[in-house]
Amino acid sequence: MGYYNIQEEKVFNSGHAACPGCSEALAIRYIINTLGPDSIGVVPPSCIAIISGPQPLSSMRMPVYQTTLEASAASATGISRALKAKGNDHTNVVVIAGDGGTYDIGFQSLSSAAERNEDFIYVCLDNEGYMNTGAQKSSSTPYLAYTTSTPSGKPTPKKNLAEIMAAHRIPYVATATTGYPEDLARKVARAKELKGTGLRFILVLTPCLDGWGVADHAGPKTSRLAVETGVFPLYEVEYGERYTLNFGSKGTPVQAYLSQQSRYKHLRPEQIQEIQSQVDANWERLRERFSVP
Amino acid sequence: MSGERILVNGNHAAAYGVRLARPMVVPVYPITPQTPIVEKISEFQAEGQMEVELVTAESEHSAMSACITASLTGVRVFTATASQGLMLMHEMLHYASGARAPIVMVNVNRTIGSPWGFWPDQTDSLAQRDTGWIQYYCESGQESLDTILQAFRVAEKVLLPAMVVHEAFYVSHSLEVVEVPAQELADQFLPPFTPPHRLDPEIKESWGNTVNQDMFYRHRKTLGEAMDNALAAAKEADADYRALVGRGYGIIEEYRCDNPEIIIATMGSMTGTAREAVDELRAEGLAVGLLKVKLFRPFPLKDVRRALTGVPKVVVLDRNFAPGTGGFLHQEMKAALYGMSDGPEVHGYLAGVGGTNIPPAKIKDMVREALAEKAAAEPVWKG
Ligand SMILES: Cc1ncc(C[n+]2csc(CCOP(=O)(O)OP(=O)(O)O)c2C)c(N)n1
Ligand code: SF4
Ligand SMILES: [Mg+2]
Repeated sequence: MGYYNIQEEKVFNSGHAACPGCSEALAIRYIINTLGPDSIGVVPPSCIAIISGPQPLSSMRMPVYQTTLEASAASATGISRALKAKGNDHTNVVVIAGDGGTYDIGFQSLSSAAERNEDFIYVCLDNEGYMNTGAQKSSSTPYLAYTTSTPSGKPTPKKNLAEIMAAHRIPYVATATTGYPEDLARKVARAKELKGTGLRFILVLTPCLDGWGVADHAGPKTSRLAVETGVFPLYEVEYGERYTLNFGSKGTPVQAYLSQQSRYKHLRPEQIQEIQSQVDANWERLRERFSVP
Repeated sequence: MSGERILVNGNHAAAYGVRLARPMVVPVYPITPQTPIVEKISEFQAEGQMEVELVTAESEHSAMSACITASLTGVRVFTATASQGLMLMHEMLHYASGARAPIVMVNVNRTIGSPWGFWPDQTDSLAQRDTGWIQYYCESGQESLDTILQAFRVAEKVLLPAMVVHEAFYVSHSLEVVEVPAQELADQFLPPFTPPHRLDPEIKESWGNTVNQDMFYRHRKTLGEAMDNALAAAKEADADYRALVGRGYGIIEEYRCDNPEIIIATMGSMTGTAREAVDELRAEGLAVGLLKVKLFRPFPLKDVRRALTGVPKVVVLDRNFAPGTGGFLHQEMKAALYGMSDGPEVHGYLAGVGGTNIPPAKIKDMVREALAEKAAAEPVWKG
């Protein structure tokens, strides 16, 4: 039974191997329970693969192909084209990949699949680092965040993948996060509805307890603060043009978000101010794109 | 139902073989000298002669990644590459055989950079010999066409991917008259691919999840058994093809091997040249034969041993080179023949590495030299 007003089909099962309190497990639940069992999943190496399960176990009541780290979008292409060749127009093909497998090593195949407008859903569970290999930085890791490969804080900003994907002018791009489960489930349902139009991409911010240094119970709260501070606005883009804002900054200072996480505990006040200025500037730039103020 | 005779280059001949096999998904990425294969398939598709999902991927790595999943979704899959493209696929070649995906791929042998070159040299595909792919080496466009159909049959029977290989330019771009079998014959030889295990929400089977050591051990062992079974499957496919179409090649070919003093062993386009050298040497009174190794993976160990039993010498010609060990076929032959009491002395000559021209006269000289000298343990460079 869900806690929210969300229609779920039970595809995701309990008993998986995620850290207790993991936001990714929550995201996977709402993604595949919304898509339903007539789906084929593609999962590259990541915490998602661990959650998906070791042979012969599986936490997902649907076929899952575990692929290589850089090949998710190409692997999904193969499935989607084979289904088309067989005349199957109903089965959902969904990639669920981490940020490392999406922003970095898998970006080439993703960009190419977007350009070809392949017919599948790509969901990136963004925990802002390579968590499976011990929390190294990815190009999604935010400015000044500690990771094991940026011990004094990452010197460059997070890559803006949602905008890059929107620039491919694919039918659907959305950002979502686990603190807003109804919004997440609605976006997955929308992506499902758009089957047949081409590539649909959803970027889901998923706070990682271990990698971010967040308390076991604080995943959803941290996720909500990411939105309320304007660090991670929730919006949708159709065909690279029609922008819709769902949840944006409430003007909450970024300090409230950063202080939840030990990966920012080394920051000096002026560095927090610097992050605040960047978040404000990004928010202003994004606001210009929305038709409704 | 006899086939049509057409004048085409080796790559176009291969494309006709692909058309006859009716693959449903073809993911590709262009590289010289493979491109004419893909261009021809695109033409067939555009003209409505082939119903196929063509995926123009952004790299060979992605092309092979898409091949694997399309195959696992239960459709017949083809691709083609060469040289750098094959190198970029390396990770996914292992992934394909691990996933037991019966993909068929043509590789057009080309030198690997650096430095850049476009020349016939078999090092690219031979360096993939341990990836779990069946490998066939062909000497003509006709042979590649016929072998593509056989490769699908074998691959789908034992559930392993198969590579059909021919060399750059000597085969890929040389015109020859090729007989294209009738589609009905091809369909009879190669029924539709309908695997019981596949990615399908109806049966909910998954692939690729982490396994423990024991499961991995069993998986590798089973893969090895499938590779072993490919030997008999390849012989059977060749015999059936011969019965149906009137052409066959064997997994090895023994040419004029009656009572020889020496046998030339080689693969690919060099066999054509060596056949001429054998004819000339025989005319001059020298008892020379030729052993063509067509199926290289699985290595036809027993057949090679039988062919060379009681033969005094074998001279292995390698148009390929592995620094630190030498010619690939030379290594494989030494390993295959080791321990035979009546096996031949093995000479290993590196001939044609980098695409240098080896005319029949040069092969004749090498045969005479091998007859006159004791075999060196190391490979000998012969231009
Ligand atoms: C080609 C290749 N290089 C490196 C790895 C090792 N590796 C496995 S998971 C992983 C991190 C993936 O990070 P991300 O996609 O963000 O997923 P997360 O672990 O954070 O869930 C890496 C680098 C690999 N599997 N394949
Ligand atoms: S390391 Fe982070 S993302 Fe991975 S399972 Fe644990 S909490 Fe979830
Ligand atoms: Mg990550």
